[in-house]
Amino acid sequence: MSITTFIIVSVIKSVAVIFVLLTAVAYSVWLERKVTGHIQNRWGPTRVGPFGLLQPLADGAKFILKEDLTPPHVYRPLYLTAPIIAVTFAITSIAVIPFGNWVDVGGIKTPLQIAPDLNIGLLVVLGITSMGVYGIALAGWSSNSKYSLLGALRASAQMVSYEISLGLSLIGVLIMAGSFSLREIVNAQGGTFLGFIPRWNVFHGQTLAFFIYLISAFAETNRTPFDLPEAESELVAGYHTEYSAMKFAMFFMAEYANMVTVACLATLLFLGGWHGPIFGPPILQMILPVFWFCVKVFFFIFLYIWVRWTLPRFRYDQLMAFGWKILLPLAILNLVVTALIVAW
Amino acid sequence: MVPLTCYLLLSGILFVCGVLGFLIKRNIITIFMSIELMLNGVNLSFVAFAAHWHALSGQVFVFFVMVVAAAEAAVGLAIIIAVYRTRETLNVDRVNLLKL
Amino acid sequence: MLHLALFLFFGTICVAGAINLLVQRHPINSALSLVVVMASLAAEYLLLGAEFVAAVQVIVYAGAIMVLFVFVIMLLNAGEEERTQGSRVAILLGIPGVVIGTVLVAWVLLHRSSTGLVSIGGLRGDPKSIAGLLFKDFLLPFEVTSILILIAIMGAVVLASRPGAVARRHGEPTATETRELVSAGKER
Repeated sequence: MSITTFIIVSVIKSVAVIFVLLTAVAYSVWLERKVTGHIQNRWGPTRVGPFGLLQPLADGAKFILKEDLTPPHVYRPLYLTAPIIAVTFAITSIAVIPFGNWVDVGGIKTPLQIAPDLNIGLLVVLGITSMGVYGIALAGWSSNSKYSLLGALRASAQMVSYEISLGLSLIGVLIMAGSFSLREIVNAQGGTFLGFIPRWNVFHGQTLAFFIYLISAFAETNRTPFDLPEAESELVAGYHTEYSAMKFAMFFMAEYANMVTVACLATLLFLGGWHGPIFGPPILQMILPVFWFCVKVFFFIFLYIWVRWTLPRFRYDQLMAFGWKILLPLAILNLVVTALIVAW
Repeated sequence: MVPLTCYLLLSGILFVCGVLGFLIKRNIITIFMSIELMLNGVNLSFVAFAAHWHALSGQVFVFFVMVVAAAEAAVGLAIIIAVYRTRETLNVDRVNLLKL
Repeated sequence: MLHLALFLFFGTICVAGAINLLVQRHPINSALSLVVVMASLAAEYLLLGAEFVAAVQVIVYAGAIMVLFVFVIMLLNAGEEERTQGSRVAILLGIPGVVIGTVLVAWVLLHRSSTGLVSIGGLRGDPKSIAGLLFKDFLLPFEVTSILILIAIMGAVVLASRPGAVARRHGEPTATETRELVSAGKER
């Protein structure tokens, strides 16, 4: 296809995906409040719209209209750019995530992925995750307050430590698929084995890697049980103590966007991506893979919220000991066993 | 199509900036960062020549440079923390107790 | 044309970041300029076709080593550099001198040398071929660098540990630690 068609199609895809992502972020906040409420034996938001479905709109209006206070003692350049950095890196990694097969719309064939099949898609996601530490570290440091600084130091140390087991758990998947490209990894999980069990990586050998990935991802996104950096009872609010209104909303969005990215990556690498029962007319066959993808991502976000209100928080030294002394050796063990089995 | 010389010039400029930073700056952490800048300039040279002579070992050597830079950064920063604990300063001019 | 435009765009960002590193007085600004330099260098590597090297540059250099630098700057609460005695003659002669020297060298090299051109995406460095080289021809350097990293880890842990850290009771901060935590919360 010509270069202008390519650019127009890419712009349309980017706009659509970012719109869906931001809506997903807003409604995962709604989902969290509802599920939290029900776990805690209360209703959650019910007043704004049916079932409280317009609650994110009310929250957005609140954030925009709230007084945007910049405390006088902060280091202004970094204070103002830290939320931007956090949100930018949280949203950028959606560019390499494929949602479905190639679709054919009016004669134009295009993959359901903003950056069509990069050879190193998985590495791009890992790189953007590594860069996301800067938003938190700079926010805590520029706020010039002891709660923020301690929260930021803890959060950066935690994120950097768990990045290692995150990466190592993904290498097992890599060895089985033989490529860094996310589309190839999903395609390698097609079909079934033993007759009816789908050949998703979570069933087909990478179960330990799946759990290591899940735990490391919980730690990467600073969610309970690893949310000591922003625990209310511990550090006031950790690295975003001094932020209000829109800037706090950006950190909030960045955290939930990271959750969505991690959920998308988990479905792609371990749960077979968009593979699922496909039936019906061609228009349905184009939409059903995306539907299965969304179902699996929704399951992961629900799992995030469920774990948050079930498990108690780790203490910081327990957290670091767990990451370095338990997860890292297990990830290396998984890598060695997978490599041995595949080599034979 | 960009002449190879352009890449080498960019690499040279980065290296010279690194050397200038190493000589001019007084903060030990900034001096370390200038060393990293020099190493990055050299990495660009490696990759540019690899593309020019179609030899992939240029790109492989970049890995070794990165590994050495990482090891050096880790040990160097540990030394800086140790020196800061005793001398309470990050200014290299002040760490001069052995000077005559 | 596109190649030249992209090269100049990212090259300008590189040089601007490098000069900003020299000019800034606070080390955190220098660290962030260096991150910008590394990210734009990753883009330059992509222009040369080294995709794996570019990804590793972002993951390792910009995402881990520079985080370590930022971490140490935050931990030690390093303030702005003291103003040393700058010589005005040096600035008046030095900066134009460096610029003129650079332009001269660039002009001579670009017009006289006859090295070839590099096409966009010059040498495709995909992970498979690099892995082939890394684990077959360069296996010995690879293993030696892994031992080097192990030594660096041990050295860093020993050098940065607090005096008497092993004998300290679990969970209690020493006097030095408490003092450091308090001073880390003070104003810059």
